[in-house]
Amino acid sequence: MKLAKLSLQGLRTVMLSAVLLLFLMPFLIIALNSFKENKDITSSPFALPEAWSLTNFATAYEKMNYLHAFSNSFIITVSSVLLIALFAAMTAHFFVRSNTRIDRIAFFIMVASMIIPFQAIMIPLVKIYGSLDLMNSKSTLVYLYIGFGSSLAVFIYHGFVKSIPLELEEAAMIDGCNRTQTFFKIVLPVLVPTTVTIAILNVLWIWNDFLLPSLVLIESAQRTLPLSTFNFYGTYTADFGPLMASLLLTIIPVVVVYLFAQKYIIQGVMQGSIK
Amino acid sequence: MASQKTRSASIPIRLLFTGPTLLIFMTVVIVPFFYGIYLTFTNWDGISTTYDMVGFANYETVWNDATFWKSFIMTLKYVLVSVILINIVAFSLAYVLTRRKKSNLFRTGFFLPNLVGGIVLGFVWQFIFNHVLAGVGIPLLQGWLADPQKALWALVTVTVWQYAGYMMVIYIAGLMNVPNDILEASSLDGAIGWKRLKSIVLPLMVPSFSVCIFLSLQRSFLVYDVNLSLTGGGPFKSTELVSMYIYNKAFLARDYGVGQAEAFVLFLMVTAITLVQVYFSKKMEVEA
Repeated sequence: MKLAKLSLQGLRTVMLSAVLLLFLMPFLIIALNSFKENKDITSSPFALPEAWSLTNFATAYEKMNYLHAFSNSFIITVSSVLLIALFAAMTAHFFVRSNTRIDRIAFFIMVASMIIPFQAIMIPLVKIYGSLDLMNSKSTLVYLYIGFGSSLAVFIYHGFVKSIPLELEEAAMIDGCNRTQTFFKIVLPVLVPTTVTIAILNVLWIWNDFLLPSLVLIESAQRTLPLSTFNFYGTYTADFGPLMASLLLTIIPVVVVYLFAQKYIIQGVMQGSIK
Repeated sequence: MASQKTRSASIPIRLLFTGPTLLIFMTVVIVPFFYGIYLTFTNWDGISTTYDMVGFANYETVWNDATFWKSFIMTLKYVLVSVILINIVAFSLAYVLTRRKKSNLFRTGFFLPNLVGGIVLGFVWQFIFNHVLAGVGIPLLQGWLADPQKALWALVTVTVWQYAGYMMVIYIAGLMNVPNDILEASSLDGAIGWKRLKSIVLPLMVPSFSVCIFLSLQRSFLVYDVNLSLTGGGPFKSTELVSMYIYNKAFLARDYGVGQAEAFVLFLMVTAITLVQVYFSKKMEVEA
């Protein structure tokens, strides 16, 4: 009886593993082929490379201006995420504690705006920021990300700030902290778990976003990683080896981070969805 | 008096705490949104500094634009099938994974596509469809991207593959919140297996379903990047979903007024569908 139960579980594990393997097969095939020569890729995509060569990676790295694109993506993602978190935490905290009519209306507008699809805004956005000559700049892009990201962040922080006991802040005020000091010394540290959630949701979005940067960053020197992958793909359509390598080069950084932070990432997605 | 003072903050403090967020939010979302509505009544071409007011002419054009509505209907079809499949796959995975102790590796694995941008995922699958499945020797799997009848299903496949892991994580969170005593009590009453799933678990999971359906609706309705890199709208525009259609109308055909009117129609449709969905999910929720 016990043995039967055990073997049933074993069978289930084997089946699940097979499903997972099939699920991840596209990535594995790309990885395998990125080490091969062009002619071997199309003739037998499943075969192991005859010689594990890194030439494709070198070509892709150079042609897609990898390091440059990577640092563009990095600067944009990090600054956007930090500013979204800081500004949204301050705003949400103020909304909850002040809670006047204006605060409630502003909060409602922010939450309601989340239903507006980006496509309904992109054309006027390009017109306005284009006529102000603000295109082609990483700072503009960061500014736009704060604008699009703050609603959800304020919403999530709002739910959490409500659960912080008011006594905690009042005690700090009695000890002589003013409102700003109280926020930075008492409230912000308590908000760290929420900040992690918000940071994860925003990193996943901003690091991988394509449409918005493609509208704002037109010069090739400003390109982010997704833009540069897309551009590289458009230029070298039949050069499969370097193409596979370029995809892998774009995937690897996130996967490395994921291996270390997977617990937080999964939890972040869970937390973000519950609220 | 004293409580009044602690509650209402001074203007500088208010500006410090809410100023940056509200200023940026207003200039990035609200102003462009309303300016966009204004643009739908103009014939701006994207370059010239002058343009005329044209009244409802753009909306008339949209109304009579058969290709726009074709693209819209196609998007509806794509959304409907994608949302259903994403949630079936995601819930099944979550259900199987929460019933075993060691499931971390699987969770991690199935979530993986969500770390990678849609552009890259589209290219990965373009290679799979064109060069891997083509050589496997199963006619059913061949030439999906070249066949106008099948290309949309290729897009659905990639979308389901992409989002199933994300929704799975949300379903796992929901399933872990189903109280154990209810499950035990129900199994004493003889509710096991399929019966337990149907009459105990599913009703308690309505909030998770409503979140996941909301998210998958939004994401598939507005998909652009996978569409662009996987099919580019082809073959013969057979997979040009509404997002791409609007983009092309405005930025390639330089018909900004009509493009923006279409974007506004899309906004109305998405809002209507979302509100209906939220309304019905709220109605179905039960107390645990």
